[in-house]
Order: sequence, then C-alpha cells, then structure tokens
Amino acid sequence: MNPPARDPGLQPERTRLAWRRTALTVTVVAMLTVRLALTGGPAGAPLAVLAVLGWGATVALCWRRATGTGVSGTGGRTLAGVGLCAAGFALIGVLLVLRGV
Amino acid sequence: MPGRNRIITTVWQRIRNWFDPRELRSVGTTPDYRFSLANERTFLAWLRTGLALVAGGLAAAQFLPALPLVHLREAIAVALLLLGGAVAIRAVDHWARTERAIRLGGELPVSRFPAVLALAVGLGALLLLVAVLAGAVNS
Repeated sequence: MNPPARDPGLQPERTRLAWRRTALTVTVVAMLTVRLALTGGPAGAPLAVLAVLGWGATVALCWRRATGTGVSGTGGRTLAGVGLCAAGFALIGVLLVLRGV
Repeated sequence: MPGRNRIITTVWQRIRNWFDPRELRSVGTTPDYRFSLANERTFLAWLRTGLALVAGGLAAAQFLPALPLVHLREAIAVALLLLGGAVAIRAVDHWARTERAIRLGGELPVSRFPAVLALAVGLGALLLLVAVLAGAVNS
C-alpha cells in the first residue's frame, strides 16, 4: 500500500494511461466499424467516413485530456464528447447490421 | 401534464450537466483533485466496457458463422451494440452525478445499472448456449 504522500504523483499518471487505453479501444472499434461498412458494398462508404471522423474526434479529445494541462479540473465537455462518440459508434453499427438483414 | 413537463425538465437539466463543466464547477466546493481523477477513471473504465460491448456486436455481425435460428446473429449484434451504447451514455450521466455529489459532500449516487447489465449479459450468454446446443442436437 502506498502512503498517501506518494499518491499525488500517481493519480494523474493513472488517469492519463486510462485515457490512452480508451483511445486504443476506440481505434479497435473504429476499425471494426469501417470493415463492416465496406464489406457490404460501396453503399456503406458514408458510414465508414462517419466512423473515421468519430475516431478522429475521440482520439483528439483523449489526446488533449491525456497530455498537456488537460488532467486538472472538471472536464465535462470532453467526457460527454467521448461518451457520445462511443454511443455514435453503436448507432452506426446498428444501422450497418440492419442494412444487411 | 405537469408530471411529464417535470420529467422533461429533469432530463434536460441532466444533459446540460454533462456538457457544462462551469455549471458543475459552480456547485459545492472543489474536492481533493484525486477524487475527481478517480471518478474520471471510473467513467473511462465504464466507457471501455461500453466500447467492448460495441466491438463484440461489430465482431458478431461480421465474424460469426450462420446460426441455427434465422437472424439470430443480427439479433445478437444489435443487442450488444444497443447495450454498449447505453453503457456509454449512462457512464457520462453517472460521472456527472458522482462529480456533483462529491462537490456537494453528499452521498454518492447508487445505481441498479451494474446488476441489470450483469443479468442481461448472463442471460444472453445462457440463451445463446441453449441456441447453440439446440442447433447441435438438430443437425
């Protein structure tokens, strides 16, 4: 167990790493989305573009929060932004699956 | 209907809380930043849980072979995707409520959501197992 005195250095670091893990997870999800969109023919291209844009937005938000002075204070908009992007990927996925039915 | 209006106002207020850090920052007192960071990491862990469910749905849609029941594969994919989206949205809401509670020094919000999610995932796995076994017996 770490004594409390050592904690302040670790908390921001752990949070930064958590943001990076999230960015990596979003990358995997984006790749799966693009693959699903393009396997069904060119009709899925707009949704593939949307997925790439969503990936870019999420990674940019994660990057901004994980580097620089990001990890301090309340990051309401950043958190809501990445949350809504994740939900957006779910929506794109549902549209792509229903397209194939 | 006043009751319905109140629900709409409450929902709108919550969504505003997600996006407006200034408003969230204006209530209560600034807590030990470690608590805020821990809350943020919890949010990120939930978000990754949601993203993992979304990835599972996307993978089911394109890598699963045809299943014995018609459209079962698509049903699994859509269920996982919707569950993942719900987990992501709920993560934002829970983060905002927890942050508010920390700032106001109140009780942390309790939630049935983890239990419901666990039951849904467990039940889904069980149903799938039954479907696969039924398919194996029939063929």
